[in-house]
Amino acid sequence: MKINDLAQMGFYLVILVVLAIPLGRYMAKVLQGEKTFLDKVMGPLEKLIYRVCGINPEEDMNWRQYAGALIVFNILGIVTLFILEMLQGHLPFNPEKLGAMRWDLALNTAVSFVTNTNWQAYSPESTMSYFTQMAGFTVHNFASAATGIAVAVALIRGLTRRQAQAIGNFWVDLTRSTLRILLPLSLLGALLLSSQGVIQTLSPYLTVHTLQGPSQTLALGPVASQEAIKLFGTNGGGFFNANSAHPFENPTPFSNLLEMLFILLIPVGLTFTFGHMVKDVRQGRVIFGAALILFILMLALTYGSEIAGNPLIGKIGITGASAMEGKEVRFGVANSALFATVTTATSCGAVNAMHDSLTPLGGLAPMLQMMLGEVVFGGVGAGLYSLLTFVILTVFIVGLMVGRTPEYLGKKIEGFEMKMAVLAVLIPSACILLGSALASILPAGTSSLANPGPHGLSEMLYAFASGSANNGSAFAGLNANTYFWNLSLALVMFVGRFGVILPLLAIAGSMAKKKIAPVSAGTFQTTGGLFSGLLSGVVLIVGALTFFPALALGPIVEQLLMWAGKAF
Amino acid sequence: MSKKSGLDKAMFLEAVKESFVKLDPRVLWKNPVMFVVEVLAVVTTYFTLRDAGSGAIKSVGFDGQIAFWLWITVLFANFAEALAEGRGKAQADALRKTRSETIAKKLVGETREEISASLLRKGDIVLVEAGDFIPGDGEVVEGVASVDESAITGESAPVIRESGGDRSAVTGGTRVLSDWIKVQITANPGETFLDRMIGLVEGAKRQKTPNEIALTILLLGLTIIFLLAVATLEPYAIYTGVPVSIPVLAALLVCLIPTTIGGLLSAIGIAGMDRLLKRNVLAMSGRAVEAAGDVGVLLLDKTGTITLGNRMATEFVPAPGVTPEEFADAAQLSSLADETPEGRSIVILAKEKYNLRERDLSSLGAHFVPFSAHTRMSGVDLQGREIRKGAMDSIQKYLGEKGKDMSPEVLKAVEDIAKKGGTPLVVAEGDRALGVVYLKDVVKGGIKERFAQLRRMGIKTVMITGDNPLTAAAIAAEAGVDDFLAEATPETKLTLIRDYQSKGNLVAMTGDGTNDAPALAQSDVGVAMNSGTQAAKEAGNMVDLDSNPTKLLEIVEIGKQLLMTRGSLTTFSIANDVAKYFAIIPAMFMVTYPELKVLNIMRLATPQSAILSAVIFNALIIIALVPLALRGVKYRPLGANIILRRNLLIYGLGGIVAPFIGIKLIDLILSAFHLS
Repeated sequence: MKINDLAQMGFYLVILVVLAIPLGRYMAKVLQGEKTFLDKVMGPLEKLIYRVCGINPEEDMNWRQYAGALIVFNILGIVTLFILEMLQGHLPFNPEKLGAMRWDLALNTAVSFVTNTNWQAYSPESTMSYFTQMAGFTVHNFASAATGIAVAVALIRGLTRRQAQAIGNFWVDLTRSTLRILLPLSLLGALLLSSQGVIQTLSPYLTVHTLQGPSQTLALGPVASQEAIKLFGTNGGGFFNANSAHPFENPTPFSNLLEMLFILLIPVGLTFTFGHMVKDVRQGRVIFGAALILFILMLALTYGSEIAGNPLIGKIGITGASAMEGKEVRFGVANSALFATVTTATSCGAVNAMHDSLTPLGGLAPMLQMMLGEVVFGGVGAGLYSLLTFVILTVFIVGLMVGRTPEYLGKKIEGFEMKMAVLAVLIPSACILLGSALASILPAGTSSLANPGPHGLSEMLYAFASGSANNGSAFAGLNANTYFWNLSLALVMFVGRFGVILPLLAIAGSMAKKKIAPVSAGTFQTTGGLFSGLLSGVVLIVGALTFFPALALGPIVEQLLMWAGKAF
Repeated sequence: MSKKSGLDKAMFLEAVKESFVKLDPRVLWKNPVMFVVEVLAVVTTYFTLRDAGSGAIKSVGFDGQIAFWLWITVLFANFAEALAEGRGKAQADALRKTRSETIAKKLVGETREEISASLLRKGDIVLVEAGDFIPGDGEVVEGVASVDESAITGESAPVIRESGGDRSAVTGGTRVLSDWIKVQITANPGETFLDRMIGLVEGAKRQKTPNEIALTILLLGLTIIFLLAVATLEPYAIYTGVPVSIPVLAALLVCLIPTTIGGLLSAIGIAGMDRLLKRNVLAMSGRAVEAAGDVGVLLLDKTGTITLGNRMATEFVPAPGVTPEEFADAAQLSSLADETPEGRSIVILAKEKYNLRERDLSSLGAHFVPFSAHTRMSGVDLQGREIRKGAMDSIQKYLGEKGKDMSPEVLKAVEDIAKKGGTPLVVAEGDRALGVVYLKDVVKGGIKERFAQLRRMGIKTVMITGDNPLTAAAIAAEAGVDDFLAEATPETKLTLIRDYQSKGNLVAMTGDGTNDAPALAQSDVGVAMNSGTQAAKEAGNMVDLDSNPTKLLEIVEIGKQLLMTRGSLTTFSIANDVAKYFAIIPAMFMVTYPELKVLNIMRLATPQSAILSAVIFNALIIIALVPLALRGVKYRPLGANIILRRNLLIYGLGGIVAPFIGIKLIDLILSAFHLS
């Protein structure tokens, strides 16, 4: 049984890497404007978009212009999505006649989808019309993922250009990554998923009579088209409340495997893209290696904790100790643990099991991955740029020890870069800590909790970690649709997203201006296994040191109490 | 300057006093990490006193101990800085004594007036006679004198200073021993070399270097992160139902923030400058020292750095039909009265190889023909013989005048020697070339190994020489430099530096002449020789008081050592935190959740002793590392990868393990003496 589990996980990782390597090369070509096989189809379409929108694709932006375009685009996205949600009752494709939602929920949801978080404080099937899901959410599933890729690419340009001002054109990066990466993959993915039985329809919900007699409403919708980009864009916003645990979203073990592959494919591929773009594939491999080390550690923790399960249940003697609560029988412990690790390693947040029901340590790993800043491959683009922040920190701390001003890819890391890198790490951490601390002493925060004691603390920590890291998964015990939670999480999602993007674009801008020092025997080497280990070590130590007190009072003490025979 | 800078009792006491003076928050503010500790110490002290007043005796003893150790932490950090500064101050005092009121003999037209040196301004001309102190920095405009510069350089042998040329600069505070000079003052009082030197060694105007700023930002960032982590712990604790006392939170925060590196950072910087100073190198800024660690290319003058100053005769190559003894005899005769080092070396070689003893020219009735710019030859006329020696072309001209030509064999020998990097010197008698003396540049012993070391450190060496490319190539190969610039002029030097810099390299060089000034200014680390001109000293960012160009290598090592020490202690400081969490977090909540005792992996006696042990360890480690901060991490000229592995093992892994042991030991002592 356990060997079978491990074999499945190993199989998954091997396929993932085999597919991600060529994808990484392809993405590098797309992002550097080189020729690809999609030129014939996408080339004219791209030109048309530029002409219609009045974009000059030749324009090269400095980091302020780039950041300005990005912010304008995203704020407009939030505003239009908010209006769309409020007006959905008057718009077409609404067979269930769903009306406007409360303003705080609409705002929370708008921010959530634009920031690639897809935190859902509502039940989609009873709240959102088909039109809102298609024209609103699906569009932003693409746009938010493309924004992530754009920032990552801009940062790479900053690291590789020599004494330059510009870091690329936001509109071009956005368009190219949507048309040539996300769209083709999603089309392919939607087809594969519907082959497994994921539905795609615009018909009204069905009312069916069950064998037991009473009737039941079956929510339907254009699921497959949204499902693919939900995963490829590491968005994670489910068409249904049950997300990828729902049989219409994720019907079979094979579709489950596909979904897990879709989630990690682009983030893993981008680590290789990085290698190609900096003209040294070893640099990409070392980042891949560091993320892989963390991934395997987290997977081991989740899986180990779930398979060991809850001794209290074991004592009852109905099943084994393994924790099956909140898991789909068709996926089992191994594939639920793997899915939970995959979805929180990236900023996806789609779930095929209820994270609230994970054992305390099994839930700690997903939470910790988000607290680390989604760097275990992370969100599309976002994972790479966040991990590069840690690369800069690691190079600075460790690089000094070889007796030179630290350099990364030949560029000196000085005061300005340090300031921005520290901000990029500090801002999301502050969001999580301050948010959950505030919630834990305000009645508005604690009244939403489903469980008392340490598990309640975990629910709050998880919510803010998920929002700040733009993950979007939840410990579902928390009733998040209140003014306090909607507004505080909207704020945290926004700050957690752009509070990282802006410092990193600033780093891209200042790095681009620098000279590139030639490599010599005196240079601190950022390739090879040692650096992978150091990088993952710094990520883990910085994250662990920041959150250890909170985690100690939440999941750690809960696990210890569970072993001692006390549950919450 | 005094080379002694050991730790004496007075300096120690002064540093203790200074550590209290530095508690002034306006001063401490510049060190954000220590400032936070001081604020926490104040807060904890306040709570202790408040509780003592209200009679809550139980917590007073414990809180009081925390407050005590927080104050000690700040004092230890201040002490480290004061100690580092103290060494410089001692040197500054010695320097200041030489600046004592000097009377200057200012020349106005033909008259001279005696005024105080402090009234001198740039452009004034003063007369300095034997026994006088030179009243300010300047250029010698007239005269020549021997000057005692030991006040600045520590070198007791007097040096010659004269107008014109590269030895015209004089420094205020030095003393003329013989003769007289007229000096044009080049610096206003307060801006002189001596003033700057005093300022530098005292660290009075010490500015943070770029790397120090970046590191301070990182440390500040970590401090804020830990401040958040600890501050938010209280709401969680209230939610959990076990509020934590402020002194305990303060203790946790001080243990987590990087106090070790925060407390030692400025001491490391000052000590780095001090180490340079001990080697008699004066860096004009900390920035220059740091740049030295980053240097990728060293430009080294051939003469004096790579080779011994002078060429030496190493072989006699006689022309056909001339016996070696005959040739050696003629060569020796032509050089007997030649006092140049080359001439001396010919005489020595003749003695060593052919056992020809020196003869007395006057007793032979010989007439010495000195070198002249016109003939570019020297030689001797005796008993009807006319012996001349000189470069190939001058001898050729000399023979040409007599209607003769040099034999092809001699020409070939000349060419061979040139190819090997030597200087051929042809000796002729009458109308016949007797042969060629092989003068060779002698590469300094051990220099090749030194360059190999530099190569392993990733530093490229480039030899700069006025020689022709052929000669230069041969010497470059023999010395083992990576590259060379032949027929160098100030312009080609400057171009070379810019070229390397545009490729991203930092360039270091030494120079002494006025024509070196542009290149010194352009280079990232420009070391001017103290014996050089004022212009060179102004252009460079370091001055070597010993005027020893080889010292560039040591400067690079000190720069690297400085950065390594910073990096190592930062890593150590952060790695320490792991153990402190394991000491304090279980201690905080063990009463409510006894299950948390599994995290108490050090098995510390009680929650109180655990917290105190961590705080005490945190304070003691600062003082324990002061010697390391002042001395610097041990430096070995190895590649980056090996250094990294070694330092990671010692300071990374060691940083994780050491506090587990240290805290446990302190806990054992505390419980043995019932201190908690």
